[in-house]
Amino acid sequence: MVSKIVSCISGIIFGVGLSVSNMINPEKVLGFLDLFGQWDPSLIFVMMGAIIISAPIFFLFRNKNRPLFADNFAKPTLKSVDKNLIIGSATFGIGWGMVGFCPGPAISSLALLNTYSLFFVLSLLGGFLLTELVNRIIIRR
Amino acid sequence: MNIVNFTPQSAFLGGIIIGFAVIIFFIGNGRLAGVSGIVNAALVSKQNRTDNFLFIIGLVLGPIFYVFFTKIDIPFLITSSLPIIIIAGFLVGIGTKIGRGCTSGHGICGISLLSVRSIIATIIFMITAIITVKLNG
Repeated sequence: MVSKIVSCISGIIFGVGLSVSNMINPEKVLGFLDLFGQWDPSLIFVMMGAIIISAPIFFLFRNKNRPLFADNFAKPTLKSVDKNLIIGSATFGIGWGMVGFCPGPAISSLALLNTYSLFFVLSLLGGFLLTELVNRIIIRR
Repeated sequence: MNIVNFTPQSAFLGGIIIGFAVIIFFIGNGRLAGVSGIVNAALVSKQNRTDNFLFIIGLVLGPIFYVFFTKIDIPFLITSSLPIIIIAGFLVGIGTKIGRGCTSGHGICGISLLSVRSIIATIIFMITAIITVKLNG
């Protein structure tokens, strides 16, 4: 039960952070990506702010066995740089650069009741499902 | 290159707030707050489904609480056309699933863990995004 509350509170705080930094706004993000034009470096400061908080905690907890409200820490399983990481990240970047939306801000922006946000999120879910379907077909063969 | 619309204080403060969301989710539930992973898992996996949905609901509640308590309007503008929005949404979904992470998972959590995979992923998606914006003119 407590873990459920933690999940929701984490999401809320994340959404507040995206609002305060205005990263929820695709135009703000496109400003960062417009490196060779009218550049807005703000996104780097968002990442630095987040990393300054999370990196020391990850380091301090690196040998801990149990989180407070779950049985174990979910550690990333993959370690090596593979073809999927490169192709996937490159594809993501193209989509990100087209509109200025990545998954977190897109979902948070549903709060602003913008039709385009809704279409983006539905397409995002479509992308997940399509990839899942292809993965399952490949595994079955 | 001209620097415009730069808001270092609100960006850094917002980043710190996001960092707190990451560590609360990690210390409490032992999980990394990568949004693409959470949304994808909510969609295709039964494991932690309620937690994943609650995190997503929280993400949507965040801006509502922010506006309610601060009375500050959130600047928000999408200039892309609907077909571009739909294509971009698909590319972000497919890409983050194949690459196993987005700006939060690789860019914040992964880099904080000093993961080589995430550092490389972040460099790649930033480069292709910057090129896309450049080509869009």
